[in-house]
Amino acid sequence: MEVWLFVPCLVDQFYPEVGEGMARILARLGCRVHYPPAQTCCGQPAFNTGYWEDARRVARHFLRVFADAPVVVAPSGSCVAMARVFSQRLFHGQPEQEAATALAQRVFEFSEFVVKRLGQDDLGARFEGKVAYHASCHLLRELGVSEEPLRLLRKVRGLELVEMNDAQACCGFGGTFAVKFPELSTAMALYKLEQAQKAGAEYVVMNDISCVLQLQGVIERRGLPLRALHLVHVLSGEGLA
Amino acid sequence: MSRVILDSRYFYQNVRVSLDDSALQNALRKACDEVLGKRAALVASTPHWEELRRAAHRIKEHTLARLDYYLLQLEKNLEAQGVRVHWAENAEEACTEILTIARKHNVWTAVKSKSMTSEEVGLNAFLEGRKIRPVETDLGEYIQQLSGEPPFHIVTPAMHRTRQDVGRIFAEKLGVDYTEDPEALTQIARRTLRRDFLSAEMGITGANFAVADPGLIGVVENEGNARLSTTAPRVHVVLMGIEKVIPTLEDLRVFLNLLSISSTAQRLPCYVNLIRSPRQEGDRDGPEEVHVVLLDNGRSRILADPAMRSSLYCIRCGACLNVCPVFQRVGGHAYGWVYQGPIGSVLTPLYRGLEYGYQLPFGSSLCGACAEICPVAIDVNHLLVELRARIQSGLNTSGLLERLAFRVWSFVASRPRLYRAGALLVRVAQSLALPRRRHLRLPVWSRTRTFPKLARRSFYRRWRQLADQLSP
Ligand code: SF4
Repeated sequence: MEVWLFVPCLVDQFYPEVGEGMARILARLGCRVHYPPAQTCCGQPAFNTGYWEDARRVARHFLRVFADAPVVVAPSGSCVAMARVFSQRLFHGQPEQEAATALAQRVFEFSEFVVKRLGQDDLGARFEGKVAYHASCHLLRELGVSEEPLRLLRKVRGLELVEMNDAQACCGFGGTFAVKFPELSTAMALYKLEQAQKAGAEYVVMNDISCVLQLQGVIERRGLPLRALHLVHVLSGEGLA
Repeated sequence: MSRVILDSRYFYQNVRVSLDDSALQNALRKACDEVLGKRAALVASTPHWEELRRAAHRIKEHTLARLDYYLLQLEKNLEAQGVRVHWAENAEEACTEILTIARKHNVWTAVKSKSMTSEEVGLNAFLEGRKIRPVETDLGEYIQQLSGEPPFHIVTPAMHRTRQDVGRIFAEKLGVDYTEDPEALTQIARRTLRRDFLSAEMGITGANFAVADPGLIGVVENEGNARLSTTAPRVHVVLMGIEKVIPTLEDLRVFLNLLSISSTAQRLPCYVNLIRSPRQEGDRDGPEEVHVVLLDNGRSRILADPAMRSSLYCIRCGACLNVCPVFQRVGGHAYGWVYQGPIGSVLTPLYRGLEYGYQLPFGSSLCGACAEICPVAIDVNHLLVELRARIQSGLNTSGLLERLAFRVWSFVASRPRLYRAGALLVRVAQSLALPRRRHLRLPVWSRTRTFPKLARRSFYRRWRQLADQLSP
């Protein structure tokens, strides 16, 4: 199967190893992996902040880049939600409406794609440690992906999955929300991290790089004995010294 | 202790005030966790919960698409039973209508059972200004009225209060001895309220539902105070928004379960009052007159707005407040108007204008927990995003800098070469700056969190090599 990678801006710039790990896993599972180099961002930051005209400019570019893609896979629930769900609203009544709807049906989040489309859940990965899973909001509620990441995690050798209270509560990122309400956003992250610690976790694992950015940022500032990782980090051992 | 300002234009400021109030945070967390936990258990044991939600959504969709028809049917059927129906275009008209009825019956005291719609129109202050004493009879609402505060939550108005708070308020306002025993406190409230029930000339309630066929008003409650308010005084006035109408009793059955499970985590409420008429020949009790005031107050404007119409589906269960990570930390008063939490952040700008409520839609991480829990399946978070777009294009509130930043960002992010060049530039800047500091600092973000370093090479730069490794 031919798969086009969408490596969202945050992954591209801050966590390229997540993109790399995803590409390797997909290749190992027999996909022909292609990366269109003209890609940038899905447009979500502007969409969520209410600047729809700006969002359209970027999302239009996204549509053009992936116009010929048979299947697009991205390691981020929230960017996929933008391409699949929110773009419908953004392009409603616009010339690009049809293209947006057509692309929406071909965009998948990584874990969803691996488990549902490729029918795989054991990736032969190994990871030592106690892991709490944080359900990223857009992945969970806009895409309805809840079981897939857990199925992948359960098959990782050496990994002990611990259940934290309120695993489905928001980490507090929310794009510009994190900047408009910094104290509130951080309070939400701290609550999350407290729950992970109470559960005895050493790692909080999630499936969206923006949540990693948020939680790891608070972990570092507070010096907490935790580490926030992307699911792909765990599955591929990428970027773990 | 600094207090929040009851004005939605101070939401940003209120958030900070609330975050400093750890007593508030604890009380909220406890109250929300408790009701959410019980609710989740009930939902889990309700077969076809999801279908029930969808059914409720469809009923609302259907009814609102033919609202004029169902309202006229409701009016006709109620009047046939001897209920008098009045139409109020706005808050002022609703209050005046109720005043006229009160004057006709020489009303000095009106017992009220919880009604957010009456808060919406400012009924209590209006009546007080005209020498009519409104007495809240729902316990939580009574506590709030005594302490001179508006309700804190649309369902549990005194959610933020501890037993000790209530004990102090009662001691101070009612002149009783301090006690924090819930049982004793309830008895005190009951004793004082009983006098008012017996002497009040008028009872005022809201309506949870109005069934068009047969015409009837449904008021659900747990304390029996609504039942007393609707039966003891000579006159009963119902104040309800026009969106509360549903077609039939069959539909009511759907909503009763959804509402009580979502609001107070009960399978059914203790009391379901179905009111069809004033006292009839042979009835042992009941008012001589029943009036229903149908309030528009902006609702028909929202009805005509397809993107916002679903906000009228709200049955005010309050579940989206309890589950909202923002509400759980800032509390109801921070929102500055009668409707709080996620749905309040939609309703306030819609009902009172974007200029008044413009800060509220931004106070959400858009996590969608509100939409997930909503028993009528309203996409609350999507409504918030839509409102943000309207605010950004209609008002000039977020400042030139933000506007400009997004303009520049979108210009760059839609031009791959420029985007790559920009990223490179930031990397150079980072490598020059970082030897002195371990991390980049980002204004505001870095006040409370560390910002990550840009990777030495972006994925884009790594791809060529990676592609070679991947190709067999
Ligand atoms: S929006 Fe939904 S969850 Fe929130 S109060 Fe209304 S009905 Fe309840």
